[in-house]
Amino acid sequence: MTAVLEAPVRMEPAPDRRVRRQKKLAWIARHSIAIAIGIMFVTPVVYLVLLSLMTSDQALTSDYWPNSWHPENYIRVFEVTPLPRYLLNTVVYAVTSTALVLLSSVPAAYALAKLKFRGSNALFLLVICVMMLPPQVVTVPLYLMWARYGLTGSLWPLIIPALFGDAFCIFLLRQFLLTIPTEYLDAARVDGCGEWRTLLRVVLPMARPGIAAAGLFQFFYCWNDYYGPLLYTSENESAWTLSLGLASFHSVHHVDWNLVTAATVLAMAPLIVIFFFAQRAFVQGITLTGFKG
Amino acid sequence: MSAKVRRGLTTFSFLAPALIGIAVFFLYPLGSAVYFSFTKFDLLSVPEWVGLDNYRRMADDPFLLQSIRNTLWMVVVFVPVRIIGAIGLSMLLTQLKRGAGFFRTLFYLPALVPPVAATIAFVYLLKPGTGPVNHFLSMIGIEGPLWFNSPAWAKPSLVLLGLWAIGDLMVIFLAAVLGVPSSLYEAAELDGANAWQRFRSITLPTIRPVVLFAAVTGVIYTLQYFDQAAVAGSIASGQATVGGGISSNFGFPEGSTFTYPLWLYTVGFRYSALGYANALAIGLFVVALAVTLILLRRAKAFSGEES
Repeated sequence: MTAVLEAPVRMEPAPDRRVRRQKKLAWIARHSIAIAIGIMFVTPVVYLVLLSLMTSDQALTSDYWPNSWHPENYIRVFEVTPLPRYLLNTVVYAVTSTALVLLSSVPAAYALAKLKFRGSNALFLLVICVMMLPPQVVTVPLYLMWARYGLTGSLWPLIIPALFGDAFCIFLLRQFLLTIPTEYLDAARVDGCGEWRTLLRVVLPMARPGIAAAGLFQFFYCWNDYYGPLLYTSENESAWTLSLGLASFHSVHHVDWNLVTAATVLAMAPLIVIFFFAQRAFVQGITLTGFKG
Repeated sequence: MSAKVRRGLTTFSFLAPALIGIAVFFLYPLGSAVYFSFTKFDLLSVPEWVGLDNYRRMADDPFLLQSIRNTLWMVVVFVPVRIIGAIGLSMLLTQLKRGAGFFRTLFYLPALVPPVAATIAFVYLLKPGTGPVNHFLSMIGIEGPLWFNSPAWAKPSLVLLGLWAIGDLMVIFLAAVLGVPSSLYEAAELDGANAWQRFRSITLPTIRPVVLFAAVTGVIYTLQYFDQAAVAGSIASGQATVGGGISSNFGFPEGSTFTYPLWLYTVGFRYSALGYANALAIGLFVVALAVTLILLRRAKAFSGEES
């Protein structure tokens, strides 16, 4: 701070032309960089969309602008590939899993955030460990467990665990619930509400943004999940999800790159649409997963 | 029933599903994995105790060595490059006076693309013969590499893919950078510090905890890096899946994309060496746990004291 006193001249820089020009140049430079990066970021998606609108012959070439436009590829891909099946499986997996995970995780997150009980710290550490440790560690025993009940080759091994909470979801919801002032809960308790009623009547309405973020993350996770479906459903093609189907499309329909890319675009489109409707909840959720201060 | 017991029961009712979940889908299989790692069996046979055989086998498994090397490469390159990229983008965003919101959304969007779809897109973009990237490079007189089809370039291609999908990390850093008190910057500006000095002496020290957090979670993410490596290998090889959705082309080309979890999966589900796969899993567990403990010890805010 003493340096400020030593250099009082700098406190009011004269707004001469050179400084203004420099500032303007810096402004242009920064925005040019941003635009250049922005173009690099959208190129892959634009390229995919363009490929998906070509004829299958042209899609094999190095062209990136369609000679003729074929939006009907998006209809054909539903007719000549098992895409409808994949899409249905993915929706079933993502929707049921998200609903069940929220149902089972909200109470646990609430208990971890707002109820005092012995071992709550230890339990929270356990939740973090489950969240952090690679899923591959327990893959083989879990697979054997589901195989014993004859449930491999179906979506059940992906959906049933959602009944019992998800570590990441619990973590995220807990972080959010911590931000709700305890006074509200105390007031409800004084009014004679039991814990469950407090949760349903007081906490849930206030926690809506947090629940929305957690639900979005879970939905996106399931929609994108490749490892789970690969592990449990690969033996039965009628249970494949989009991720799994897309990854194997290439061999089955390897000539029709226009159709493969159309399916790829269809796999990402819903997520981008959802994002634009729920951008705020999303960004807030990501920030919650990070550090606080 | 005393009030205390009733309260305990209520708390338990909140936690019961999660407790069952952790026990059945984590602790039990973790215990089984430890036991199985001392046995030998496949999908059709009963586990037979073999002592430390599986762990001895790890010592002379050339593919394991290669997969460890690949995963280490990813930890050393992928994690720092992503962190530097995310900090760079978030700094750029804070410097923009116009359209910061627009660019933030634009830079974030690729993170929404499903990993499998993103990988397919990149394999197409970087196709050695007809891909637009090499086409563009040849126009400016550069002969592009073989990207996903070259053992030397396959992992760097995955890094490019990871840089593209950097949005989540960028948002975390953006929140941190915006949280730096502007009074600090003003003081530094009066001192005559230039942009780089301000970044070095103010921004970086303030966001250090976030950098640590990103480094540790990045390492953990890299330890389980599977989808992109699996899909890139299968699709770049030109013959994605063969029967049962399990590719025979994991690791293509020449094992350069065989990450540790990919090798674990292959050992378990293609070679049905389930005992050995569990030994590999325990190895992964030990390393991941060590990294997690670093995070938990260093990060008070992460374990979440009520503020």
